Amino acid sequence: MDDASRRGALKACGALLGSTAFARALAPLTEWTDDLSVDAFLQKHYKELTTDEMAAVLTRLEDETALDHGVEVTISDPRPTPGVSFGYALNLSVCVGCRKCAQACHVENNHDRATHNSYIRVLEMKKGSIDLELGRTDYAHPVPSPERFYMPVQCHQCDNAPCVKVCPVEATWKEEDGIVVVDYNWCIGCRYCEAACPYHARRFNWEKPEIPAEEINPDQGYLSNRIRPQGVMEKCTFCLHRTRNGRLPACLEACPTGARVFGDLNDADSDIRWVLANKRVFVLKEDVGTRPRFFYYFDK
Amino acid sequence: MSEPNPTASNHTLSYPRFLWRALGVATDGNVAFYTWMVALTAVWLVGVNAFAHQTADGLGRTAMTDHVSWGMYIGNFTFGVGLAAGAVMMVIPAYLYHDREMHDVVIVGEILAISAILVSLAFVNVDLGRIDRFWHIAPGLGRFNWPISMLTWDVVVLSGYLAINLHVVGYLLYTRFLGQTPNPKWYVPFVLLSIVWAVSIHTVTAFLYSGLGGRPFWNSAILAPRFIASAFVTGPAFIVLALQVVRRLTDFHVGDGPITTLVRVLRVTVLLNLFMVGSEIFTELYTGGSHTASARYLYFGLHGHNALVPWIWSAIAMNLVAAFLFNSSSTRTQLWRLDIACVLSLAGIWIEKGIGLIVPAFVPSTLHEIVEYLPNALEWKVTLGIWAFGLLIFTVGLKLAVAIFTGRMRLEEGV
Repeated sequence: MDDASRRGALKACGALLGSTAFARALAPLTEWTDDLSVDAFLQKHYKELTTDEMAAVLTRLEDETALDHGVEVTISDPRPTPGVSFGYALNLSVCVGCRKCAQACHVENNHDRATHNSYIRVLEMKKGSIDLELGRTDYAHPVPSPERFYMPVQCHQCDNAPCVKVCPVEATWKEEDGIVVVDYNWCIGCRYCEAACPYHARRFNWEKPEIPAEEINPDQGYLSNRIRPQGVMEKCTFCLHRTRNGRLPACLEACPTGARVFGDLNDADSDIRWVLANKRVFVLKEDVGTRPRFFYYFDK
Repeated sequence: MSEPNPTASNHTLSYPRFLWRALGVATDGNVAFYTWMVALTAVWLVGVNAFAHQTADGLGRTAMTDHVSWGMYIGNFTFGVGLAAGAVMMVIPAYLYHDREMHDVVIVGEILAISAILVSLAFVNVDLGRIDRFWHIAPGLGRFNWPISMLTWDVVVLSGYLAINLHVVGYLLYTRFLGQTPNPKWYVPFVLLSIVWAVSIHTVTAFLYSGLGGRPFWNSAILAPRFIASAFVTGPAFIVLALQVVRRLTDFHVGDGPITTLVRVLRVTVLLNLFMVGSEIFTELYTGGSHTASARYLYFGLHGHNALVPWIWSAIAMNLVAAFLFNSSSTRTQLWRLDIACVLSLAGIWIEKGIGLIVPAFVPSTLHEIVEYLPNALEWKVTLGIWAFGLLIFTVGLKLAVAIFTGRMRLEEGV
């Protein structure tokens, strides 16, 4: 063998060795691709799906849930009611910081059990100040503490939402009734929205959510509480699978002190309109210009 | 094409031959070359494997959390974009000031631009939760939120910069391979465009962060100028090192001129960068208040949390020493001092414009919770893997350029 062909043969060996090593290195991907289907891969954006296509998607997702979690669920796609515009207000004078709202959210929205995830964080604040730097979320003592007040924070469904602006693929948008939603099947998981949100209202599915079958809430919405896939963003949707069907958000129903008021901002007779007209209302971080639909107020 | 010769005018034959010969040149070398390439491939494969695990199990395998949702990857992405933009510091003297010697070696800068952009793109991709949905961001195919999302601008400018540099490098190498003189009409306009474009890539990358009102640490108009200043340190510093390697290991002629010119640039930019960092530190610390909590966390620690403090002070120390070395008269005679200065400024800015820029914006969180972050082993593997991949591309690019510019890889001698 002359030098050139010996070199060629060695190069071929090297290439073979290299590509084998490459395939071995990628081997863990096989367990991931088991979870993928062609239909899921090719699924169009929420706004581009026809009624029939959406029906097929919902059926597929129900089947996937049955297969993955061993439970029969119903996934619907309730749409906004024309003319309705949702708002939420929270009375800081009566909130006692019991975190019942956060727990109700955890259950209602099929959050991962191990991480105790919830769309609501409750801040224990120092009386006389709304400086968040003086607040803390990790308090662990009987509540309410006399020197403190409590401020639950969840998605403010901003009218000028930074999270919607930054999304590179329009996977998140504001619906007609004011709710900011995520198409979990379109999100690419870049987490730019999570960086943009001034209220820490968004969560990422760092792993595939795990929930025991008997604890899964089977009443699910495509844009809200269905079990999210791994690697996508999620957020509070004012429980749109409930509120668009005339019910109240789970966090409101769970509140033992009646601190929460939810309703249609376009309805002059609604409780929320009464609160906005008669209480001393403020929004969090008004200076960042997000124009929230979530209001805080004090009784006195 | 001017003065066509029968073989060269038929590109359908000569271009595949160019690629085939390029493959040969890229995989031929001495023992040191093979050791270098095998080592880089090994590190790259470790990174590929770590990435495969991360994709299968989720980004929960990294140290990132909902509190610090960007970390090592986005930090390295930012630094990589700077490196790519900084390569333009060779292009400007070569094409705007007609520096002949620089013109002869400017291809090194263009190859660096290509490699660094590929590295940056890789870092964004490994940070995605759903790499399988990558097509959603393809204009026309998915839903491209342009012009509202700054991330779509970044896609446009980064891929544009990659395309421009691929064209320029590809055209120059191919025509020289054919034994022709490159026609300025076909590359000079693109080179001039690449100068403006280089500034745009790092500006848009800064706007990604500075446009977020909810993150006061980033929400600063000086961020884009700071990015550009540091890019004009890292780019030239990397090229000074690369040119010396090329000069020592190959027969490609690298004059002293280009290195001297780049050092002149570095003397100014390294100080400019430090000045801007200083301005930012002053504004943050003198003002005080909760908007400056991130800066306090970064430089001094906050409520007993101080994971980044040793990092950032090392970065500042390295930048200061580098600034001193670049500007001291002994460096002009002793090249090893110059090399140390280059390495120090690269390492310093890698921290300052990497983890030191990304992580503090998340600490404390927007609700002022403090959760700290440092990259874990998996993130280090993926990161080193991507840089090894970048060095592979850079090495192959240089090898081709040297073979073609020295006349060893020519169409007429080939089979």
